[in-house]
Amino acid sequence: MTIASLLAKKGPKVVTVQPEQTIRQALALLAEHNIGALVAVDPGGRPIGILSERDIVRTAVREESSVFAKTVSALMTKDVIVGVPQDDLESVGRTMTDKRIRHLPVVDQGRLVGIISIGDVVKAQRDLYRGEVENLQIELTEEHGRPTPR
Amino acid sequence: MTRPGTEGAPLRVAIVGAGPTGFYATDQLFRQPGLVVDVDLYDRVPTPYGLVRAGVAPDHQKIKSVTAAFDKVAANPRFRFFGGVELGRHLSVDDLKAHYHMVLYTTGAQTDRRMGIPGEDLARSHAATEFVAWYNGHPDYRHLTFDLSQERAAVIGVGNVAADVARILSRTPEELATTDIADYALEALRASRIREVYVLGRRGPAQAAFTNPEVRELGELPGADVSAVPEEVELDELTRQALEKTPDRATQKKVELLKEYARRTPTGKPKRLVMRFLVSPVELRDDGRGGVGGMRLVKNRLYATATGTLQPKATGEHENLAVGLVFRSVGYRGVPLADVPFNDDWGVILNEKGRVLDAQTKQPLVGQYTAGWIKRGPTGVIGTNKPDAAETVAGMIEDLGRDIHLRPADESPAAIERLVKEHQPQFLSYQDWLRLDEIEVARGKETGRPRVKFTTVKDMLAALGRA
Repeated sequence: MTIASLLAKKGPKVVTVQPEQTIRQALALLAEHNIGALVAVDPGGRPIGILSERDIVRTAVREESSVFAKTVSALMTKDVIVGVPQDDLESVGRTMTDKRIRHLPVVDQGRLVGIISIGDVVKAQRDLYRGEVENLQIELTEEHGRPTPR
Repeated sequence: MTRPGTEGAPLRVAIVGAGPTGFYATDQLFRQPGLVVDVDLYDRVPTPYGLVRAGVAPDHQKIKSVTAAFDKVAANPRFRFFGGVELGRHLSVDDLKAHYHMVLYTTGAQTDRRMGIPGEDLARSHAATEFVAWYNGHPDYRHLTFDLSQERAAVIGVGNVAADVARILSRTPEELATTDIADYALEALRASRIREVYVLGRRGPAQAAFTNPEVRELGELPGADVSAVPEEVELDELTRQALEKTPDRATQKKVELLKEYARRTPTGKPKRLVMRFLVSPVELRDDGRGGVGGMRLVKNRLYATATGTLQPKATGEHENLAVGLVFRSVGYRGVPLADVPFNDDWGVILNEKGRVLDAQTKQPLVGQYTAGWIKRGPTGVIGTNKPDAAETVAGMIEDLGRDIHLRPADESPAAIERLVKEHQPQFLSYQDWLRLDEIEVARGKETGRPRVKFTTVKDMLAALGRA
């Protein structure tokens, strides 16, 4: 299973932010869309950074009064790891866990096509396992002639 | 107006596509506490079960027993089946919107992904899914022909469909004769002259999608010796590192099985099945008469993407494989439905967690939903569609709670049935199907087979005394 199958049911919206926008504007976007991270893009739409709630929280604790007026580019993570739609969910999950990445922008031929969260990956893997268990139950039921427990 | 979902005003739902997802969704709707719901399930073919009937290999009868659970769902008096009724032909989306509170599309992925290599469209180069539908007796595919007089065939891809095709090509006629394979396919395969079957994977054995039971089955074929190329099943450095970091027993087992195949020596069985890895077809060669005369392969090595996925990269080293018949099994793709927004990027209905979205505004369309392969793309096994359908049904119930649903002009069950009859007088009900099922099984008993399938609509209607 690949990232593509996660993006397929996430809808085409990707909420992005420009690096020169303020943290106040970024927070409004996070709240409006009920999400945990924003992808910062250059004028060509290419991802150049990622801004998470944590980035904001960390700065807010340190510089309480000035955080809102700061720019996105001042707080965002610039060394951003991006995925491609053909990436295997399993390696993606492993990499996100190892590197403690919660959100992964996905790029297809230079175009930002989506963002997936570690929660999306975990849920997809859980559904895969559930599906396999369901299949095994069907086959075992056939073999032993018992009704499937519900 | 009262909210639908009560004894006096049941929630009326149309589900388009009677495969596993259609049944799982029906079951979950019927299980909603306190909700009275009518489900009308449509399919463009006269028979239910989708790929369980037309996709699952005939020598895999065990998993087909899932249909017993579907029959139980169908026994609910609030369930109706309309077989042989096609959306866009007999009924339109507007017809459904005029008769139901909610419409759910579960039409699956009906076509193959293309490879995009020269020669792909030569004669004797086929989509594996067409071969699968053919040997399973799908009425729309029974007319296809496959040149089984060739001695060497290649299956491109290492998923479970590829494994199915390789296995069916390698089985003896005696083995196939005990399955519910279509009669005409059994006859054609009886006369098959295929001696060698190649299965080609572009990545290594650890990345192959087929599951261990499938791999094991390939090694236990009574009529075919399986083999693999030792250096191709040896793990590369990157895969070894990944497996060391996060050991995965299933993958290790798969690699072990394939390594064992590489050590086997032929025992003189009539056919050979050769597993190849780290090779990609770059061209199918014309035999000079418009048919496949061979295949040019490039050898690959693996590299890691930013997320650690191992992907193939061509080395520049080429090889020719002499084959006269090719089955492409590199994935399915969804087909757009008339008047339903489509997401071309992923080949699915445009949706968010199963709610169909408006193509322009990207906002949910009232009362329209999707689940299964046409929602998320062709991944997972039959059972994977159960949690997937549950996600969509949860959205439907949530929307109902907020009174978001269609306001049909005439929601009576009789009104839509009249319309169906007008456009497709020969539709099949579930009762009709159960009768056909009984006849198919009885026909099979005489010859020791699970069933003998009806493969034309004409024969089905004749058996029901309606021709």
